[in-house]
Amino acid sequence: MRVLIKGGYVIDPKTNTDGVNDILIEDGIITEIGNISDELVDLNCDVIDAKGKYVLPGLVDAHCHLRDPGFEYKEDIESGTRSAAAGGFTSIACMPNTNPVADNESVIRYIINKAKQDGVVNVYPIGAISKGQKGEELSEIGELKFAGAVAISDDGKPLKSASLMKRALEYSSMFDITVISHCEEMDIADEGVMNEGYWSTIMGLKGIPSAAEEIMVARELILAEYTKVPIHIAHVSTELSVDLIRHAKKRGVKVTCETCPHYFVLTDEACAGFNTYAKVNPPLRAKKDVEAIIEGLKDGTIDVIATDHAPHHEDEKNIEFSLAANGIAGFETAFPLAVTYLVKPGHLTMSQLVEKMCINPSKILGLNKGSLEIGRNADITIVDIDEEFVVDVKKFKSKARNSPFNGFKLKGTVYYTIVNGKVVVREKVLL
Amino acid sequence: MTLKSKDLLGLKDLTEEEIEYILRTAKTMKLILESKNKKTPHLQGKSVITLFYENSTRTRLSFELAAKYMSASAANISVAASSVAKGETLIDTGKTIDMMGADVIVIRHSMAGAPHLLARNVKASVINAGDGMNEHPTQALLDMFTVVEKKGTLKGLKVAIIGDIYHSRVVRSNIWGMTKLGAEVCVAGPSTLIPRELDKVGVKVFNTVQEALIDADVVMGLRIQKERQKKGLFPSLREYYRFFGLDDKRLKLAKEDALVLHPGPVNRGVELSSAVIDGDKSLINEQVTNGVAVRMALLYLLTRRDSVEGIN
Repeated sequence: MRVLIKGGYVIDPKTNTDGVNDILIEDGIITEIGNISDELVDLNCDVIDAKGKYVLPGLVDAHCHLRDPGFEYKEDIESGTRSAAAGGFTSIACMPNTNPVADNESVIRYIINKAKQDGVVNVYPIGAISKGQKGEELSEIGELKFAGAVAISDDGKPLKSASLMKRALEYSSMFDITVISHCEEMDIADEGVMNEGYWSTIMGLKGIPSAAEEIMVARELILAEYTKVPIHIAHVSTELSVDLIRHAKKRGVKVTCETCPHYFVLTDEACAGFNTYAKVNPPLRAKKDVEAIIEGLKDGTIDVIATDHAPHHEDEKNIEFSLAANGIAGFETAFPLAVTYLVKPGHLTMSQLVEKMCINPSKILGLNKGSLEIGRNADITIVDIDEEFVVDVKKFKSKARNSPFNGFKLKGTVYYTIVNGKVVVREKVLL
Repeated sequence: MTLKSKDLLGLKDLTEEEIEYILRTAKTMKLILESKNKKTPHLQGKSVITLFYENSTRTRLSFELAAKYMSASAANISVAASSVAKGETLIDTGKTIDMMGADVIVIRHSMAGAPHLLARNVKASVINAGDGMNEHPTQALLDMFTVVEKKGTLKGLKVAIIGDIYHSRVVRSNIWGMTKLGAEVCVAGPSTLIPRELDKVGVKVFNTVQEALIDADVVMGLRIQKERQKKGLFPSLREYYRFFGLDDKRLKLAKEDALVLHPGPVNRGVELSSAVIDGDKSLINEQVTNGVAVRMALLYLLTRRDSVEGIN
């Protein structure tokens, strides 16, 4: 079985491809890129007309929540991977805050096996740093790695103990597994429910100071420098975090970091009227932070755009703001938000966007993904970055509808998602 | 004129005209309240439910009496704070009350925005009787009523509010209401109890009580919750009183004819000295009476919205 993608504008900075090209896929593998003759077209060849569209390496998400096992009422591996495919993602890394927590081999194997069975994109589990994400003892990090975990993180429940984080870095270096830190000093975040600032003051809601994130970012940078072990900072949301990371990179610290679309699109004003769909952790910040995130993306301080896809049930959002769950279902809006708010205003080129949504996340997690090299598995996303659409959460393929972007007019539609040579989205339709 | 919204969720959402309309109506209600026969048929055939997720004596009683003086059927529901997270959801509770024919639901809740959530999900009018640190609109309306009754207007007056600004829903409602009616609002309190970027909402923030009090027409003390001290927000009640307590000496900084208000209940010798509480500037007792009048006005205005719809 062959697939021939004809006439699209192919972008892959890793192979220095930036122009109109054809791509031939044979048995799920990219076998040729260039001007491919129509002679190959026969009954066994699926020809995709990509004229006027961008052909990109399949998008890679370094940070999502599939809620499986344990919270299948929010999302499961089938619905989550279908949502990812609809958003143009071909590989996704899921966080371990499931029930049971992915802190041992068997949960990691469960996720991998279920993804093989029910999933439509490549799923890479992230294991927990500490047993039960309790921040007390290290998980069996070596076993997690050999079971297939690509990284470790206590996402959502940051390690309180600096010494445990230091040990996690030291210990994980034996196994060459990425350590991802959700930076939030809980002592200072206290019981806050949104960013501390003008809007929390107006609404009478307890604020989370930006300092809660920044203090732990600083801690992790110091520990990474001290141990000389790489660290990846999850969902950076504040100006000072960006600055601290920029400074650490200059010092040669092996640090990488990600942000999410909501941190370069929305401010805490989105919470006005007690809008629980804008409740997310870290919280949406002030305008100066949004500007700093964009600056960090432009100058390369921020390596990755991740979704932090965090699906929740409607009942967990349609309640009091203080009780509402944190999170945004982000797979199906991430790429168009990046196109609309970063590429269209000229902050990033398409090539830079491919670095942040394909190459860098793949490199940081050690995946053999994110580029269009010959011989690679064919993970390809074909998009139209000029076509406008209105976000309608009711059309999400995810089980969840929790998005503050409902009704947003965005540019950047996913026409095709091809995973290992298999067409999963065809002409904007998820198969 | 009618109120635009079916609910009273906060003074942030009301116009200057609406606030003045409520205060004018309350004036009439106060006459009824002061008459020998405190009973009117304004709310006959209407039902008022108080749904309180937080303890309260005065606010709840004030609403209940306001409803009963106007011949409404009134009932109370208390929900233990502990059951909020695990019990029936607020929306489900609200819908149940709604289906029993409630015309007005008065809600107090420890979480900001809870009345807004309820209001979106019930047909009844919802009155916010205090939501977390967000708003306590009827308290602010009675404060404003009390000031206007004595001074004739709020326009051009300097109002000094002293105390725990951070946790106070009374302050927030008063800031929105009083600034809309043309007053200048100044606040002072321990800097750990001043919310961030408060200066951007149109009030003056001072670090000393003296600066805030200079030439004030109205001085309002706020209740200090003793548990805040235990959380480490300020060192002791003693030190609080030393730097922020209102006594006769400090009150001299305010205008000669300044009014003293406090939403109650007062911690004597913490926020205000006993001499100030019981002194001739103090309107603390009158505030309580005015609270009933303001709540009568609101119940009346919200329940007659249906019958006058379309007239304006």
